[in-house]
Amino acid sequence: MKKIVRMREMADNQKGLIQKVTATGEMGRRIREMGLVPGNEIQIQGRAPLKDPVAVRIKDYVLTLRNNESDRILVEVEVPDP
Amino acid sequence: MMQESRMSKKITIALSGNPNAGKTTVFNALTGARQHIANYPGVTVEKKFGIVKHGDYEIEVVDLPGTYSLTAYSLEEIVARDFLINERPDLVVDIVDASNLDRNLYLTVQFRELGIPLIVALNMVDVAESRGIRIDHAALSRLLEAPVVPMVARSNRGIRALLDQIVSSAEANREWKPAAISYGLDIDQSIAQITALIEKSEIYDKKYPARWRALKCLEGDSQITGLLQRDPAIGTEVLEICKNTHKHMMATLEDEPEGVIADHRYGYINGITKQVLKRKIDLRLNLSDQVDKVLTNRALGPLFMIAILYGIYSFTFWASEVPLTLLESFFDWIKTVLSNILPPGNLQSLIVSGIIDGVGGVLGFVPLIMFMFFAIAIMEDSGYMARVAYMLDRVLRWFGLHGNSVMALIISGGISGGCAVPGVFATRTLRDPKERIATLLVVPFMNCGAKLPVYAIIIAAFFAKRQAQMLFLLTLLSWAFALFAAKFLRMTVLKGPKTPFVMELPPYRIPTVKGLLIHTWERTWQYIKKAGTVILGFSILIWAMMTFPALDEHQIRSFEERRNQLVEDTLASHALKTIAPNGEVLMELDALYTSYRAAIENSDSASLESIAESPYITLLAAAARLEENAPPPPGATVENQLAAAEFLDFRRGMQSSRFEEQQARLKHTVAGWLGVKLEAVTSPVGFDYRLNIALLAGFAAKEMVVSTLGTAYSLGDVDPEEAKSLTERLQQDPRWNPLMAFTVLVFTMLYVPCFVTVISIQRESNWRWAAFSVGFNLLVAYGVSLLIYQIGSALTA
Repeated sequence: MKKIVRMREMADNQKGLIQKVTATGEMGRRIREMGLVPGNEIQIQGRAPLKDPVAVRIKDYVLTLRNNESDRILVEVEVPDP
Repeated sequence: MMQESRMSKKITIALSGNPNAGKTTVFNALTGARQHIANYPGVTVEKKFGIVKHGDYEIEVVDLPGTYSLTAYSLEEIVARDFLINERPDLVVDIVDASNLDRNLYLTVQFRELGIPLIVALNMVDVAESRGIRIDHAALSRLLEAPVVPMVARSNRGIRALLDQIVSSAEANREWKPAAISYGLDIDQSIAQITALIEKSEIYDKKYPARWRALKCLEGDSQITGLLQRDPAIGTEVLEICKNTHKHMMATLEDEPEGVIADHRYGYINGITKQVLKRKIDLRLNLSDQVDKVLTNRALGPLFMIAILYGIYSFTFWASEVPLTLLESFFDWIKTVLSNILPPGNLQSLIVSGIIDGVGGVLGFVPLIMFMFFAIAIMEDSGYMARVAYMLDRVLRWFGLHGNSVMALIISGGISGGCAVPGVFATRTLRDPKERIATLLVVPFMNCGAKLPVYAIIIAAFFAKRQAQMLFLLTLLSWAFALFAAKFLRMTVLKGPKTPFVMELPPYRIPTVKGLLIHTWERTWQYIKKAGTVILGFSILIWAMMTFPALDEHQIRSFEERRNQLVEDTLASHALKTIAPNGEVLMELDALYTSYRAAIENSDSASLESIAESPYITLLAAAARLEENAPPPPGATVENQLAAAEFLDFRRGMQSSRFEEQQARLKHTVAGWLGVKLEAVTSPVGFDYRLNIALLAGFAAKEMVVSTLGTAYSLGDVDPEEAKSLTERLQQDPRWNPLMAFTVLVFTMLYVPCFVTVISIQRESNWRWAAFSVGFNLLVAYGVSLLIYQIGSALTA
């Protein structure tokens, strides 16, 4: 089953497809120019020692985002059927 | 030369690209050592340029700042696009990382939107291929309507082809041709409307392509919408269209036009990459990811980080030990040679104690600084520094800083022994002005290489048994002060929101030797430059302040008379009279004893043998034993012992008289006067005028604290063999104790950034912040020292 979650809620190594970026202004621009745009697949690589920021793989590179930024990215993930 | 055979033709190109796409490597490969660094006018963004000759052409290469985009959000991006629009280079060479095509093309597309003639340098094709990525560059060239040159700049592959392409593209002399990319029906319509309006305007600035301006207006680009004010009639109309488009987009797509435009750019890019990029399905993790599983692991990561930082610390001190000793002996040798050549007097004193001590003190630390920067360059070029920023961001954010602040802090001496000057420049990686200023203001708290000799002397004198622990404590303290000061600044004068962190973790790379050497040298040179310029001037100034005005004849004579009296009194005594019948013999004895002591300490057997021939050896040996509280030598008579005791009394009297004269002379100078005046402020923290003078000199450079303290305690001017080392002098000075020593250590760590750092802060911000930095640091240093000293005194009383 597919479900839409915020990127922050994703588990380590989980994959997903970006659905929407709700950030605006400078944060929105920064997120988009780094390639976090709808249609791109991402995978959570890991989290820093204090669980923030999060490292995420998109295509062939790895980006880091703070949790408040990953809250603004909606991702479609596969979840087991109930 | 008068006749130049043929004027070579000139081409100007701008080098652009994402950070980490290998732009610097391409720049170095193109221009080699012929590089120049300047600042873009009015801003602190570095402008690097160089010249390369190719065929008949002289190509000027301008290295634009690495950017992901061409918006008006960051200084780097504004600088880059202003350069393109105002200076109109013949073409842009866009360095694109082949292993990372989609994201890199985002900037390429924006060059196409601007329409400037473009060459795409497809770099790192080897890395892409190793990851199973194949790019059809002919197809890419067709789709982008720009020549594409595949290359591996690290190993110089493709550089010639790039130069050939630059020449042929420049000869073609293409007009600017903005590409018409579709951003969806609504936006396309608005672009068409605004373009028509702008072209109609009478004061339309032809420098900017009209379509590109229209696009930027819709994106809400502050710099471009600002231009509309020049033609208010059209300006309001354009803004009206933008507002309506915004409203429409929010209603239909729940997104700003800016977001919609970005999404369409990526759509356009996806269309291109689908046709040109072939990817072998590669399920295995690439090496970089595997390394990261360990190095940024939540539990192991911090441990590795501490181990790596400690490794750098040990490496730096280990590697620089021999060169440091060699340099020190070299400067000592110069001093001895010059002291022998130059007649004693003001000139000798100026050159030996002023210039060489000052400049040599700074230059002497070059090896340490160089190895530290070499280690830091490895961290940066390998990609590890970005991981440190990633792991520490959460902590630094709490203090109002940014993950990237860590680089500036480490370069400035975060692991003991850096330099705040390149540290201040390293704050350029921070995008937000408030985070940047906060970092800028606290980097001088770190333990730079110049503070280490001050620590070394004081720790050796008062905490000899705990040297390593003490240095470690000081490192922790400097971090604590820097971070809490940042927190304080961010809560008061630099209040403001946190900036987005979205940052790339570049794949690990083996650094190139050339890159490491260039990075190391750039920063080391900044350090050396200060020795040649500012420190030279300050050394002379401080020497003059500590020399003039001299004591008048009368005062000097009174000290001489007192010493003559001492000689006479000594000669009148019974025991010595048989050995030293007159003043001349007594002074000869005095000098002989000094060499004797030095020979014993240095185990110099040749000198010892020659002194043993002397008729006075019995007395000398007895005195030496007595001074060390050792039992008298065999065969020494009671007479001998008495004479030795009297002789030692005489020596102590002479020494203390010379010392007093020295102190009187110092107090009489400008520096002495200032130092004494400052005691009004510094006595609550336990500092006397000598320390005040040394700390004043430390404003020029912290290295000068030690040499000045040495002079203030009249070492150097007195026969150096006779003078006790500075460590011993401090131990014997009743004012000094471990509490005061600790206060001095902390004060030295915190008080004013050195002069060159202040200048750098001014260059990176403005005079107000530079002045603030001096005042703020002084206040913090004084407040903390006062607390330590007063509480410490109360507890020990």
